[in-house]
Formats: sequence, structure tokens, C-alpha cells
Amino acid sequence: MSGCYGKLLRVDLTAGTCKIEALNDKWAKEFIGGRGLASKYLAEEVAADIDALSPKNKLIMATGPLTGTYGAANGRYMVVTKSPLTGTIASSNSGGYFPCELRYAGFSMIIFEGKAEHPCYLQIYNDRVELVGAVHLWGKPTQETEDAILAEFHGDAKVACIGPAGENQVLFANIMNDKHRASGRSGVGAVMGSKNLKAVAVRGTGGVKVAKPAAFRETAIETYGMLKENPVSGEGLPALGTPVLVNVINQFGALPTRNFQEDTFAGAEAISGEALAATYLKRNKGCMGCVIGCGRVTSLSGARFSGSGEGPEYETLWSLGATCGVDDLAAITKANYICNEYGMDTITAGATVACAMELYEKGLINEAEIGMSLNFGDADAMVKLVEMAAKKEGFGAKIALGSYRLAESYGAPELSMTVKKQEFPAYDGRGMQGMALNYATSNRGACHVRGYLVSPEILGLPEKIDPQATDGKATWAKIFQDFTAVVDSVGVCLFTTFALGVPQFAKFYSAATGVELTDEGLLEAGDRIYNLERVFNLAAGIDPSQDTLPKRLLEDPISDGPLKGEVAKLDQMLPEYYEQRGWSVKGIPSKKKLQELGLA
Amino acid sequence: MQKLIRIEPSKCIGCKTCEMACSFKHTGEFAPSRARIVNEVFIDEAKFITVTCMQCDEPWCEKSCPKGAISKEMPSGVVLVDEGRCVGCRTCVSACPFGMIKYVPVLGKVEKCNLCGGDTPECVVFCPTQCLTIDEEDKPLRQKVLRFVNAMKDGQMEA
Repeated sequence: MSGCYGKLLRVDLTAGTCKIEALNDKWAKEFIGGRGLASKYLAEEVAADIDALSPKNKLIMATGPLTGTYGAANGRYMVVTKSPLTGTIASSNSGGYFPCELRYAGFSMIIFEGKAEHPCYLQIYNDRVELVGAVHLWGKPTQETEDAILAEFHGDAKVACIGPAGENQVLFANIMNDKHRASGRSGVGAVMGSKNLKAVAVRGTGGVKVAKPAAFRETAIETYGMLKENPVSGEGLPALGTPVLVNVINQFGALPTRNFQEDTFAGAEAISGEALAATYLKRNKGCMGCVIGCGRVTSLSGARFSGSGEGPEYETLWSLGATCGVDDLAAITKANYICNEYGMDTITAGATVACAMELYEKGLINEAEIGMSLNFGDADAMVKLVEMAAKKEGFGAKIALGSYRLAESYGAPELSMTVKKQEFPAYDGRGMQGMALNYATSNRGACHVRGYLVSPEILGLPEKIDPQATDGKATWAKIFQDFTAVVDSVGVCLFTTFALGVPQFAKFYSAATGVELTDEGLLEAGDRIYNLERVFNLAAGIDPSQDTLPKRLLEDPISDGPLKGEVAKLDQMLPEYYEQRGWSVKGIPSKKKLQELGLA
Repeated sequence: MQKLIRIEPSKCIGCKTCEMACSFKHTGEFAPSRARIVNEVFIDEAKFITVTCMQCDEPWCEKSCPKGAISKEMPSGVVLVDEGRCVGCRTCVSACPFGMIKYVPVLGKVEKCNLCGGDTPECVVFCPTQCLTIDEEDKPLRQKVLRFVNAMKDGQMEA
């Protein structure tokens, strides 16, 4: 299988050496690739209880066996490391051209270990690999960094890099690739910064083989049709991108507003996908190999704000918008550009500003300390604070810690809308019980891309289920989490799963690698990956008591809109979820379960 | 009339699927460096330009070949390289003003788009937005003309 799936590049930043290795074939079969295989390497090579920002942590960039092919929106890769924000295992996904180029250079995965003495970056030209100095790039924003590397290394190279936020080890710094795409969550950019690694630039002129070309092509044709005919992947996302959801979720009554104090936002229309299309949208864009093309290229020109780039996405319109009470689309778009240029997760950035706004309005922080007033709805203050966070300037240094550490330092951790110290995305779990369960049990803290139950609960895909019911949600959550682990591991975009199911992925995987895997076998691999991550988290000291939600979601009913009165009924689902997972009533994977999965 | 790959840049999303499909069909690998079609992505300007062989009426590659290895086949109009005759001298590479004939070191010969030998070209099959079509008529050009004349018409109505 490794013949079809490239080699492993190991970069020792302390010693300044690069070594090309064969992949562990047994692990590749058990853990598929991408998120799964990289998590296996991390769990084997890194002690879970280390400080995430110490040289003992490793940073892994991993493609999947489908990355770089036309097997349905496959321009994806995963960054796996221990998160400085949550202390859990982190895996952060991004798409673009960089992931494919890595495979065309012959690599499936890069493991960075140790810490460079001085800022450096990695140049890859096929199998010629070299660490070079990056002192001249340190401090530069992400797009300027990429331009400088293209000019000095190779014009056709693809680049992933950190910005000043990563260098400053902002706990939610990201890694940007191809200028506008982000491995956004869990602070993977801070780990890269802690290693003095500024960028990875790759030029690959080789190719990617698959084991069974005819079967692979046939599956690609079949899935193209399915993706085109599906209402979400074939219509909604191409037409409006992820921002199509702003009006949908707001009308449903689960768009968290003013730090989850309300759930409908009066300014939703002004920050919707429709509004974006009518104002700043320049063009639609896809990642490499994409059938959907959800990317939104935008530009701003005006006296207040200017710039250009990609986004804002739905989650960003919410985090820098609704949850801050901000309905100024230009300001949100500008703050989104700032996050991309400095290399920062827009979700945690905005949600932390929202938390600070509530702390301010409740009188727990005063104006002198922030350096300005900070009421909900103050667009200019939001934009200013996002930039201050990236630079760790003044009060921005506290924002740079994320909302949990911020709220805790003012004696009010309950005002942080987080699970395991990571901020929620743009769906209130009180309005969709399956999502609430998924948030509480996600291996990287609150997150929408570990089990997107919004799909059945709101969008009706693959079938419509009652969002407020708790019966059966444990089963849904487990299947979605396991399936997502598979999709993240083969190297395909999660958005394909609106249309494609386990059988299509099993066919693609078998045709690409030559390793026959049944539908059940594929889901079992997902289960294995999920348990591996869980075991890592337990060893990292993340107690199962953290499989919970903030008090506001569990006890305070939604205060407005169609879902007024609802709370998250986690206690009605969690015991069943543990049982379905084969974990003890306390949430610990049983020895028997781990043995079945080959993890013990 | 001859069939050609027609390109409508406004529909392109910069996904490079055409490059992947082309190289996979003709080399058995997904290798954009070997593709006979190029999808160039200008990230900063948000513009995506796709180019491939124009199957010229009087091909400069054909005229320049000292071995007579390149010919325009009729009635299809496809410009073809005879692998048996090509000696890999690369004169045609210099002659083509579009850079659409390429020397391949592993083969020691040149390669170019052959419109997939009469099948629907693989790039057209896989283009997710119908930015690429194969047709005798230049329908995208006709669409452009229609857009323009309709604007003229509307202007006249106002006046």
C-alpha cells in the first residue's frame, strides 16, 4: 500500500536534519492515513502529558491516500499535534493546492520534531529537501511570507506558513496555506511557532498512482453525479458557500448571539450569504480536485476598511458577527482578513472577543484595562481587539489565551462558551441535542467538524431527524464521529459527506490502495481512530468529567425565538453514548474494546 | 468543422481537475506536471485561466519538425505526434507560441493534447462546472457576442 501512498519525511529541527523513511505499512492499514495515521504516529512518539509548546511536542502534516487524485474533493491535509489551547490531541484540516503538491513531491506525511535554534523554513523540491533560514521572514504576515518564498525558492511552489500570531504563540494561532486556506483550530500554528518553523514550501513534479485505475475512475464518475445532484453539495454550497447557513440557522433559532445570551440575531440578514454575494463577493473558488467550489473570494474597498482575500465563511460571520452582536459585514470581513494575515483561528478569536464583551458589560473588566469600551455590537472595537490579540498587544495578550483562560482570570469561567477550553462554533447545542452530545464528546473540544449532526438534525441529510429528541442520538453521534474520522483520514473534504456515504469511501479507498475494506471495516477504522485519540486525551490528563457543556447550555433555557425554553439534555444521552462506544460508565474505554480494535 | 475544447474562463473555479484527469488518462498517474492542459490559478487576482492546444490550422509545431513527425489529421483536424518518428529534438517546443507541446524526459519525446483520440476528452468529462466543453461551434464565444449585443439593444431601448 505504501507504494501508492508516498513516503514519510522526518525533520529534526533541533539537529537541522531531514530523513526520508518508509511509512509503517501495518499502521497505514489500520489507521488509513491523514488524521488517523498521523494520530497513531503522535501517540507512539509523544508522551501525552508534555507541554504542547515544548520541543518535546511534534507537529505532523499528513495527506490521505486520496489526496492529489480526482477522488472527490481531495485537496486536503491534516495537521496533527498536541494542542496548546485544549491540551487534547489536535487535528486541524485544510484544503488547497499545498496538500496535493506534497504528494506530487512523493510524500504522504511530514513529522517535525524538536525546535530550531533560529527561525527556519523547509524547502522541498521532489526528494531534495532542505531547511533554510527564515530570519528575514519572521514577523511577516502570511501572504507576504508566501510571496517572498515564491520569489526566492520556486514560482510554482505551494506554501503553508504561520503569521505573527503563530510566532507569538497565540493559543489559537493557525497555519495558512495557499494564502487563504487555514488549518484553523486548536492552535496548531502556535506549536509551529514554538518550533521556530515559519513555513513549508513544496514543489512536486511527480505523480500519484492508484492501485486500480479503472475502478477508481468509475467511482469518481459515480460520486461526481451524486455530489452534483445533492441539494447541499450541488446547489447550496456552490451558490452561496458556507454563509448559506446564516439565515437558515438564525430562522431555526439556534444562531448563538451575544455570547449565547440569545439565539436569534436581528442583524442576521445583513451578515448572510445573500448579503455577502450582493456586496463583497468577487468569485467562487474551489480547492484542488474540488467538485463543489464553496470558497468565496472577496474584496473590500472603502474609507473604513480595505483588503482582499477569501471568506468570511459561515462560522466566521457568526464568531466575528452574531456572537459579538456585530452586524457590520465590512468589519467582519476585515477582521477575517486580519485573522488570515496574522494566522489566527477566526472562531476562537471572535468567540473570545464576545466573551470579553460580556465580561465588560457585566462589570468584571473595566474600560481602563481594555483601553476602550467594549459593548456588544461595537464593530470597530471588535476589529481592533482581534488585531491586538494577534500582536499580543495590551489587553490583546489576554484575548490571545482564548476565552476560558480569559474568563477564569476574571473569576467567571462559566462565561466562556467552550468545551475542553475550545470555543463552540456557530450552532447552539440547546437547539439540536445531537450536536450538544457531539460537542461534549469531541476529541478536540467544542467543534462542528468531528460529528456534524447539523446535517440530519437541520438539513435533513441523509435523513431528517427530530433535533430536540434525545433518543437515538448516541448512535447518530458515534456513527458520524467514526465516519468523519475516516473522511479526515483518506484526505477528502468533509463537505462531500452531504452526498457520499460509507460505501463510496470504501470503494475509493480500496481502488486507491488495493487494500480491500468492507463498509464495516472502514467504520471500524474510524472507531479505532476515535478511541486512539480518546486514549491519548485520557493520558494527557483530560478527565471524562470534561465531557460536558457550559452551565449556560445545560441550565439556562434559550431566551428568545422559536426554540425559547430549550436546554441541552446531555445527561439523557451521555450514558448511552458511553455504552455504544464500549466505554465504562465513567467514560473510560474498556480493555475488551481496545483489544477488539487492536489498541491494547 | 473541427471539434475543439472550448473554454469559458468565467465558469472556472481553479480546481485543476482538468490537469488531474488529463494526466491520469494519458500517464496512469495523477501528475499535473504531465498534463496536456494547464489550469493556471492567480490567487491574488482571483482569476483562473485554462489553456490547451488550439489544434492550429497551420501548426507551427508541424512546420518546424525536421522529422515530419507532426501532422494535422483530417477530417478530425487534430494535430498529432507520431511517436515512432519523433526524435525528441524539441524544435516544436520552441516553435509553439502557446507552450502547449511538451518534452517529456522519461520518454525522450514530446507530448501534446490529442483530444483523447475521438472520445470525449477526459478534462471535459471531469470539469465540474462545464467551463470546458467540446464542440464544433464556439458556443462560449456566441454567448459573449449575445451578452454584448443584448447590452447594445437595451441601451438603444433606453435612448
